Amino acid sequence: MAAEAKEKKAIVEISELKQYFNAGKKNEVRAVNHVSFSIYEGETFGLVGESGSGKSTTGRALIKLSDITGGQITYKGEDISEIKRRKDLLRFRKSMQMIFQDPYASLNPRLTVKEIIGGALKVHGMAKNGKELTERVHELLESVGLSKQFANRYPKEFSGGQCQRVGIARALAVEPDFIIADEAISALDVSIQAQVVNLLKELKEENNLTYLFIAHDLSMVKYISDRIGVMNRGRVLEICEAEELYQAPLHPYTESLLSAIPTPDPETERQRVRTEYDPAYHHYDDISHVKLHEIAPDHFIYCHKDEVALYKKKREKLLRQKKKYA
Amino acid sequence: MENKAVLEVKDLAISFRTFEGKVQAVRGVNFSLNKGETLAIVGESGSGKSVSTKAINQLLPKKNTLIERGEILFEGKDLLKISEKEMQAVRGNDIAMIFQDPMTSLNPTMQVGKQIAEPIIAHKGVSKEEAKEKALELMDLVGIRDPKESYKNYPHQFSGGMRQRVMIAIALACEPKILIADEPTTALDVTIQAQILDLMNKLKKELDTSIIFITHDLGVVAQMADRVAVMYAGQIVEVGTADEIFYNPMHPYTWGLLASMPTLEVGQTDLYTIPGSPPNLLHPPEGDAFAARNAYAMEIDFHQEPDLFKVSDTHYAKTWLLHPDAPDVQPPLEVQRRKEKYQSLFSGQGQFNRIGGEAIGSRG
Repeated sequence: MAAEAKEKKAIVEISELKQYFNAGKKNEVRAVNHVSFSIYEGETFGLVGESGSGKSTTGRALIKLSDITGGQITYKGEDISEIKRRKDLLRFRKSMQMIFQDPYASLNPRLTVKEIIGGALKVHGMAKNGKELTERVHELLESVGLSKQFANRYPKEFSGGQCQRVGIARALAVEPDFIIADEAISALDVSIQAQVVNLLKELKEENNLTYLFIAHDLSMVKYISDRIGVMNRGRVLEICEAEELYQAPLHPYTESLLSAIPTPDPETERQRVRTEYDPAYHHYDDISHVKLHEIAPDHFIYCHKDEVALYKKKREKLLRQKKKYA
Repeated sequence: MENKAVLEVKDLAISFRTFEGKVQAVRGVNFSLNKGETLAIVGESGSGKSVSTKAINQLLPKKNTLIERGEILFEGKDLLKISEKEMQAVRGNDIAMIFQDPMTSLNPTMQVGKQIAEPIIAHKGVSKEEAKEKALELMDLVGIRDPKESYKNYPHQFSGGMRQRVMIAIALACEPKILIADEPTTALDVTIQAQILDLMNKLKKELDTSIIFITHDLGVVAQMADRVAVMYAGQIVEVGTADEIFYNPMHPYTWGLLASMPTLEVGQTDLYTIPGSPPNLLHPPEGDAFAARNAYAMEIDFHQEPDLFKVSDTHYAKTWLLHPDAPDVQPPLEVQRRKEKYQSLFSGQGQFNRIGGEAIGSRG
């Protein structure tokens, strides 16, 4: 898998992204601070962190919902801050779509489902006439597992899970290549989360999509992601392949996130010890040698160069333990 | 466990009048809460878990709520029958609540310390100074740093986790006999959730409060509950001790819930899902409400509501699969794995897989 990844083409490249709010003022907030990572074509990149970690801000910067403070984002080789003309923006937005967290707040309550999904088709001139538009909307509804009879209903008539399916159909309508799912399942019941995750996986296969999947905990991300990045306080602290993250979580913050997830097993819960994260771990006095270091192939940790050896040892120890129990 | 019930809910049925007709949100719910235990009520949105517990404190809108039948017994009184005045003496004093969203349940224009002191003054008739003293103690107890400073702060100056701690302090202010927590951690980050759950467990031990914990997350249930009631379409479909529900579940809906939970084990990539969505309670289906989504449904499930079958003294399930004449079925793999674990954990206790239960009454 690691060798394959090297050959993969990056669809998104984020380098040294900075997003400061109230920049230069007393109440400056460094929401995203020197963040760099790439997303390869055809993969799902999971970005995980708690509220305030900067994960949503990164997603919003990527889709040009905010003007970035510094750094560079390229999408398909093109610097997105250079995309300014209306024609280019339309092309960009047709190629990249977003699914939002709150299924109710992200759908206009005064429009029918057909108007919500069809709106995007109209903007991009993707339907020649009314009949074609209706047909396409019905097709989209069925592809997300909703009945086409829903087309003339309003969002309030649906449950949260159904609304989220409408949101997904809207994102798919313009046949994008890249979709950002910003906490798309966080507001749903656990049993419905499973349904939506499976749906997103199917749609990805059918439509050759690439996802950036933003989430606040590590439990569901595992089922959808190929690689995962863990963010905290505006920085990416750990990036690696999904399997690897659960086998050998190296950064103390990742460990604390994993240990906080309650498991549906009373016996395990009775015995569990939680690890707490001390943010002093990424306060370095001298940051000249602090960056994402590669500990193992495709496994990066934000640390000082002197810590690399320690993390390498830790990883080996973890893998040995896992083998013993397996 | 000593089975001394502090609260008993008997055959509770609640409907809401809407423009489209009568929504039967709760359809005959029975449960009891024992002294010092945590009872978790689990179910999807719309299963009636919040409605049943809001009825306990008479918090449902009077205008369109219809209590069809049933009683809620607390200290010899039926809480459904008492007047608002009598209820005021109980609500917040004997039975307190914590809600999901701490920001909308706190008063944004009032200092948090005063909000904690308010119920103490109202219910215990103490002076302002004494109440303040007690409020500061409570803030310290729930882990709010520097209570003296924080006392004067407003809710917007607190993070989500700290606000929920304030809510818990308010709920505990009058040392209630029962604490109802309605999805108290759903809006919080996992690490904060872990802190709040630990805090609630610690306080429960210290204060010997009985807790009703409402959630849709079985992981949280495993951490909190002594007993679990699983709700579906306005009814309790299975109830038992936490071990019975997690390691020896009997109802296909419980199987589905357990199998669709994500695990952190490496190598598992596909998630089980329960197909379809819950029924519309404007017109509840005939027979077993879960039948349409149930891969194990039998002919009878579509015509006749199942009885509540007894599995053990503490474990009951409302499914025809427990009828002596029902065929043997294989539950999903995940559930089989759990049953094996149960056997190795508690070997020799009880029987597994199918227990030809005895029917005990036809209404759940």
